[in-house]
Amino acid sequence: MTRFASRLAFAALAPTLMASAVAAQETSIDQKINDIFAGSTGWFVNFIFSPFPGTSFPWIVAWLVVAATVFTVYFGFIQFRGFGHSIALVKGDYSDPDDAGEVSHFQALATALSGTVGLGNIAGVAVAVGIGGPGATFWMILAGLMGMASKFTECTLGVKYRNEYPDGTVSGGPMYYLTKGFAERGLPGGKILAVMFSIFCILGAFGGGNMFQANQAHQALTGVLGEFPGYITGVIFAIVVFVVIVGGLKSIASVTEKVVPFMAAIYVGSALIILIMNANMIGWAFGQIFAGAFTGLGVAGGMVGALIQGFKRAAFSNEAGVGSAAIAHSAVRTKEPITEGFVSLLEPFIDTVVICTMTALVIIITQQLVIDEATGVYLLNEAGTAIKTVGDTSGVGLTAAAFGSAFSWFPTILAIAVILFAFSTMISWSYYGLKAWTYLFGEGKAKEITFKVIFCIFVIIGASASLGPVIDFSDAAIFAMAVVNVFGLYFLMPIVKREVDSYLSRLKSGEIKKFTH
Amino acid sequence: MTDRFVVGFDGSEAAQRALDFALERAAAQGATVVIAHVLEWSPYSFLTPTEIEERHKRRTEELDRAEKSLIAPAKAAVEGRGVPVETVLRYGHIADTLCDVAKKQNAAQLFIGRNGHSPFGSRVFGSVAGSLVQTAPVPCTIVP
Repeated sequence: MTRFASRLAFAALAPTLMASAVAAQETSIDQKINDIFAGSTGWFVNFIFSPFPGTSFPWIVAWLVVAATVFTVYFGFIQFRGFGHSIALVKGDYSDPDDAGEVSHFQALATALSGTVGLGNIAGVAVAVGIGGPGATFWMILAGLMGMASKFTECTLGVKYRNEYPDGTVSGGPMYYLTKGFAERGLPGGKILAVMFSIFCILGAFGGGNMFQANQAHQALTGVLGEFPGYITGVIFAIVVFVVIVGGLKSIASVTEKVVPFMAAIYVGSALIILIMNANMIGWAFGQIFAGAFTGLGVAGGMVGALIQGFKRAAFSNEAGVGSAAIAHSAVRTKEPITEGFVSLLEPFIDTVVICTMTALVIIITQQLVIDEATGVYLLNEAGTAIKTVGDTSGVGLTAAAFGSAFSWFPTILAIAVILFAFSTMISWSYYGLKAWTYLFGEGKAKEITFKVIFCIFVIIGASASLGPVIDFSDAAIFAMAVVNVFGLYFLMPIVKREVDSYLSRLKSGEIKKFTH
Repeated sequence: MTDRFVVGFDGSEAAQRALDFALERAAAQGATVVIAHVLEWSPYSFLTPTEIEERHKRRTEELDRAEKSLIAPAKAAVEGRGVPVETVLRYGHIADTLCDVAKKQNAAQLFIGRNGHSPFGSRVFGSVAGSLVQTAPVPCTIVP
């Protein structure tokens, strides 16, 4: 199988790449790797991101949005009905004081968020707005709101069908609910889906959850410190990641876990200050967002272009439907699996509806996108692929320019934020990948160490080389997780429905009570 | 019903002094002493995915360790003094949880030891004694 072959290619290439990194990135070797990799995996990437015939709308984006819509309707708009209850759970209103010392709902939410809040919120949004115009923001928010129902579904199942071991530790995630849930409903094929999911999850962990992050962290560093070889960043990052995930040095991880929310707060706080400073323009910005959402305002691809970009970036950023959050949440001990579902539905809200929208608003309000004075529509850049920006920037650069136009020191803060977000995302994905790995190969110290060492090697590869096709492939792998996961969720959603109905009726009858403080 | 004296106990010398002091008073008044140990814990701290996975196991171990190495020896040491002794083991913010224990136990008095941090240290990090002076629901004796 080609998929298997590509995995072998991954493993076989690792030492070569290390050498190439040390030999100061010989472009010829990079090129060779790119060619080999693109040749063997290109079909897979093309398949995952292929558009519907005659349009430029990738089917995978439709797959996720349709799923989110189905779950939203099936569970009766649970993300709006249950929003208040979710907040109450996170506040600890329903936590039994005798359970103090166990993981709280707040901690589960914070950890899952640190895996998703990251480059998608900073760079991804800039790409969406840069290509799709302000209108992309509207579709992004809509996709974020719908995605809340997908998270709710997958995280409830993650907790319900996890494995509990005698020593008190747990393993859960889509591979477990696909196997056990399908068996419980008497459906065939659960095991096959679980294995497919695990393979994609491991590839996604090495790629989007690791190499892409290392790569972007290096970009951020060079942006501040000037050009230097990527392997330096890679080796430093790999050592830190190694110490945390193999050495079990919790102090570094817990420092990051403390700093990341702080960075997120600084980011959102700065955005809010910029919005307040330009309060008179907020109405105009929303006008642009609504007008752009339905007319395109001269953006490449028009309204459909805005829609695709918005949906795509929302999916990239909040990972709803991908199944990764289900792995994170399933480790939490709770008497009611559904409570983790309620808590998890806040993630797409915070990630996409709040943080991503902040980025978009700042870019729009600081007027980084060039508008034609005469017609009021956006001007395209010379290539015609994206909107012309003031400083000819895109991605992280566009976000940095937007925030930098208000606070000159912001680009430095942003670089630090990108590095920390990248690090926390890597730690999260190393865990997701490990869970999929142990599902396939079994639990055991040696097997776990093997995965972790490979993971660290990929950090160096990711930082030192600009491997476009490798990154494309790993993005595709993360979305392939969603194909398998969502397919399974359709079959398992009646189980979640039963849980919701039972829980909500007990909540209404007063059987589930708040604990007074 | 006899009076109940709650003693905040962390195994330190100061805590031992507080316990001895409370035992003397309890013996004189015929009260019961409740030895309370609080394991510092905040539900708002941040954990990595691996820490979340291992949390239940760690909690079991921590409770076990506290019971074996702290609570049980403390109880055994005072058993012969003719004062009825009970124990409580809880997770949470230390001062808040001691107040909560005092309320739940219907305590008449609360006793704690003072570690004697420098005024500067206490100002920066806060002190259990300082918080209890402000918030204790029952008379609180701080033993130097």
